[in-house]
Amino acid sequence: MQVSISVNGVARTDDVEPRLLLVHYLRDVCGLKATNIGCDTSSCGACTVHLDGDSVKSCTVLALQADGTSVTTVEGLATGGEMHPVQAAFQAEHGLQCGFCTPGMVMAAASLLAENPHPSEQQVREGLEGNICRCTGYHNIVRSVLTAADSMAQSATGSTAGSR
Amino acid sequence: MIPAAFDYVRASSVDEAIALLGAHGDDAKLVAGGHSLLPMMKLRLAVPSVLVDIGRLPESSYVRVDGDEVAIGALTRHCDLVGSEVLRAEAPLLADTAGHVGDPQIRHRGTIGGSVSHADPAADLPTAVLASDATLVLQGPGGRRTVAATEFFLGYFETAMNPDEMLVEIRVPRTGPHGWHYQKFVRRANDWAIVAVATVAGRVALANMGSRPLRATRTEEQLAAGASIEAAAALAAEGTEPVQDMHADQNYRRHLARVLTRRSLEAAAG
Amino acid sequence: MTTVEAPRGSILGTRVNRVEDPEFLTTGAVYTEDLVDDRLADAVRITVVRSPIAHARIASIDTSAAAAAPGCVAVYTAADLTDVPAQKTMLPMYPPEVAQPLLAVDTVRFVGEPVAIVVHEGRYTGEDIAELVAVDYEPLHAVVDPREALAGATLLFPDLGHNIVIKQDPDEHDDLFDDCEVVVTQEIINQRVAVAPLEVRSAAAVWLDERLITWLPNQAAQGSQDAIAGMLGLSIEQVRVITPAVGGGFGAKVGSDPEQVLVGWVAKTLGRPATWVETRSENMVGMTHGRAQIQTATLGGDRDGNVKAYRLRVLQDSGAYPRFGAVLPTLTLLMAPAVYDLDRLETSFTSVVTNTTPLGAYRGAGRPEATAVIERMMDIFATEIGMDPADVRRRNLLPAFTEPLSTKGGALYDSGDYAMALDTILAAADYPSLRREQAARRERGDRNQLGIGLSVYVEITGGGDESGPPSENATVEIHPDGTATILTGTSPHGQGHSTVWAMLASEELGIPIDKITVKWGDTDLVPEGGGTMGSRSLQQGGAAVKQAAIELVEVARNRASDELEVAPEDLVVDLDIAGLAVRGDPSARVTFASLAEKEPLKVRAVFSAPGATYPFGAHVAVAEVDIETGKAVLTRLIALDDAGTLINPLIAEGQRHGGLAQGAAQALVEEVRYDEDGNPTTTTFADYPIITATELPSFELVTTETPTSYNPLGAKGIGEAGTIGATPAVQNAVIDAVSHLGVTHIDMPTTSMRVWSAINDAKGA
Repeated sequence: MQVSISVNGVARTDDVEPRLLLVHYLRDVCGLKATNIGCDTSSCGACTVHLDGDSVKSCTVLALQADGTSVTTVEGLATGGEMHPVQAAFQAEHGLQCGFCTPGMVMAAASLLAENPHPSEQQVREGLEGNICRCTGYHNIVRSVLTAADSMAQSATGSTAGSR
Repeated sequence: MIPAAFDYVRASSVDEAIALLGAHGDDAKLVAGGHSLLPMMKLRLAVPSVLVDIGRLPESSYVRVDGDEVAIGALTRHCDLVGSEVLRAEAPLLADTAGHVGDPQIRHRGTIGGSVSHADPAADLPTAVLASDATLVLQGPGGRRTVAATEFFLGYFETAMNPDEMLVEIRVPRTGPHGWHYQKFVRRANDWAIVAVATVAGRVALANMGSRPLRATRTEEQLAAGASIEAAAALAAEGTEPVQDMHADQNYRRHLARVLTRRSLEAAAG
Repeated sequence: MTTVEAPRGSILGTRVNRVEDPEFLTTGAVYTEDLVDDRLADAVRITVVRSPIAHARIASIDTSAAAAAPGCVAVYTAADLTDVPAQKTMLPMYPPEVAQPLLAVDTVRFVGEPVAIVVHEGRYTGEDIAELVAVDYEPLHAVVDPREALAGATLLFPDLGHNIVIKQDPDEHDDLFDDCEVVVTQEIINQRVAVAPLEVRSAAAVWLDERLITWLPNQAAQGSQDAIAGMLGLSIEQVRVITPAVGGGFGAKVGSDPEQVLVGWVAKTLGRPATWVETRSENMVGMTHGRAQIQTATLGGDRDGNVKAYRLRVLQDSGAYPRFGAVLPTLTLLMAPAVYDLDRLETSFTSVVTNTTPLGAYRGAGRPEATAVIERMMDIFATEIGMDPADVRRRNLLPAFTEPLSTKGGALYDSGDYAMALDTILAAADYPSLRREQAARRERGDRNQLGIGLSVYVEITGGGDESGPPSENATVEIHPDGTATILTGTSPHGQGHSTVWAMLASEELGIPIDKITVKWGDTDLVPEGGGTMGSRSLQQGGAAVKQAAIELVEVARNRASDELEVAPEDLVVDLDIAGLAVRGDPSARVTFASLAEKEPLKVRAVFSAPGATYPFGAHVAVAEVDIETGKAVLTRLIALDDAGTLINPLIAEGQRHGGLAQGAAQALVEEVRYDEDGNPTTTTFADYPIITATELPSFELVTTETPTSYNPLGAKGIGEAGTIGATPAVQNAVIDAVSHLGVTHIDMPTTSMRVWSAINDAKGA
């Protein structure tokens, strides 16, 4: 069956079988391999992408369900060769080690901040409960998200005053 | 990981969805957000041969006041329940409970209709819907009918819906801002409740204390008769048949039901 | 001789962000499943058929329906593996009868054991075809409890005659506790846990020019090469292993698993490239598990708090086919005395097979088990004599030492100051105020009680093996364009070697780290190496990089001496130009890069350490327990981990965080469970409670650096410290929260039901 999705801003139409999961569509059909698969019970969040701006677990969406939508993967987050503030923050705060959970974690974090630009630490932890990391103990991931929130707030206001 | 093969059709109206269900019978399943059904299909615990996608049905996602009730479209996503100012004002138990379902990604896809139709006794929204004394509006080939929440949940993943019916709306009484609470006891974030308690307006419903969400009727009777919260909550486990699983044995579940009911009622009163 | 004249800050010891990250964050690292390679074009896929039953004879396997299914290329069972040699056990000390075949022959011994493989076109047909393989099983009694295995009524390997794969008998002393006023005994379960790296196992392989080229996630390509060659009956030269990015290993991606070997066999047999990736559900039963010890511990001493004697018996569950897990108790016994000065120690272990997933190494690998048991016993002893657990520990610590110290366990600790660690962490935690808060809550009878848990630990990192003292190689090459390449025998999978090895070379050579590329994991490029495990990499691999860079400077010096026509000793390293300059005449200089123009400028060095090093530390955990529901919440974890000199504190902290989380997870929530028939009941990430961000606090790290003399960096290993210290600290904290109610012990994980039951039992007692 035909499916038309705008992936990272590029419109495409493909012929897929009904049971094709969105995550496999992105990886195998679109060739976007950054989004990873870490489980088979919608638990780990490694496959998180944005579907019409909302973070979703792409392993639990059929490609056909995404027909007519706009999907963004981590490969589509950076613009004009510059990392998104969330990506930059993850590097600055050492929020990744093996990197396998990272694309999904970054997309979940970006969505969290879009919905709640000034989260508390507790809100960050709860906001990431759909994303599992085995390497970092989450400590620096939380710092990364809080740092990103600060830097995005500063950009928004044009302020250069630091708050960290 | 990979579902068994199936045919897929997208319904563009409720009538079309119902007609497709009628045509395919037991072989067909509706999918909205897909976050109850697809995980089961990926583990091949569910193998429908036809999926009817109702995720894009127009005018099926809404929260609006209708007399002394709030009418919620079945395809309203959990995140939209959480964010609905109308719901938070008029039936806050549901708005709050929706925020406990899964995680943010799940809440961006899952719908109240999907969750309620799935009828997992450990799930959050069926329990809150039961506590709310909701009315479920079903549509079938013969038209619409309503079923009280107390008659709707029949057993594990079993409801009073006929195979060719679809849940289209959930109606709950307007309860105002006070007198409600949802308490979910979990081992770890993102788990289903070991036990959960939803209370509003003197009604108490329990998650995971049986094959379907249950009302703590003895507790409700005691409260109505003027008993203290403590005395009423002590009876919360009566009439329940909790399972024994890796998280809890029956004794412990009953104990949790009593403790959490007391705490919920205290929070609702405070 | 290297003399640095220009004043310049050292890069070592600074928090350098990782050079790996931009790729990881934007396009994603390339893991085995991501590979796009011409050699893998038109690859077939493989799906494994696994045993659904814990113990059974295979009566028959009917592959006909599967073979006829659309998309099926082939179906193979053990009968087809005619050119594969009889498998050997993973380690030579195991009895040969207990070797795991690549595919089950006539008996299956654990749920998840590979029984057949289907080879197919396209990813999505695999499960459809695998479902059609019909295996007829005749069930046998499944042995799940290691105690039942020890009793031996049901044998997993009848030819062996028993279920014991390896043991060490005690040097028994009946009078071990004769002079002890107080003797406490406890049976303690160090429960089975799943390793669960986010990246599951996978492999890709192609048979090309009479060689097998295989890609797989691993922690040491050279070890995987050895394993695959041996298991397939090929020579080492016939196997090339290439290591893509690896999504976590934690000890379970060492060597090769049967499935990965079969990928190579299929590629060779079919003459087509082959790939395989498992699902998480497969991983939860197919990848080795960790821990799984039943410990019987007895501690004796006097009422003043002096601990004199300790007996530890370990019953290790090996799972169905012994892997590393069976032999890890040797490390448990080695580290049994931990940080304490004991008069007498008696230890023993027995490893038995059971009808469960095999046990392997898991972050800490034998050492967390040692610390967990003695730290639990210290608390039990302290409660028995009514003494503060910090005071009991302090009283018994080995005094500080800078020269190697022999222990009763048979280890040679290199340097340590355990009292400093304990006192520093207690001060950081403001221990007295925690005890005051606890007392106040107890006085009030609060619903939320406070528990404080301690651990003081020492651990062994970077040990050698029977082939010799611990060592590692590195090659450093400077190119004419001013860039440099490092080849390392380590194998990072999150530890940041691309950054840290570059820092070490940059320190000696002045080349900026973004011009230095670190390579590893391709056996054609780096034929020898010990990989990354056992917290060995920095102290051996990093030391090798430093050594190679220093030796490279000497080679360069000799070339520069010729070129500039000065004596070698008149040249000094000029880091600013990444070259050498004539002392007193900075204009007479030459870059390393230019010295590489006519002839490669490259040195391979092997660094050898005198032995293993022994990092140490102390942790304080604070837990709140709701005594009505039993629910325990970890509110603070304050950790001191001393692994000597820190080269990149940012990365060291990350390693500590990860270990702390896994350590806390074992204490609080995680456990692999089997029913009595050997059916695993925690086979998905929904059932198995991998800890999430919501259950953990931000960690409070205290850092001290007690260097080792065993390598020029002064560094010990940090990677596993967190799991070793955190698990007992957190377990002790939960128990401490309810000790005033009479609870003396709760086995891990300290689930709410266990805590509630313990409170009830203590009330009833």
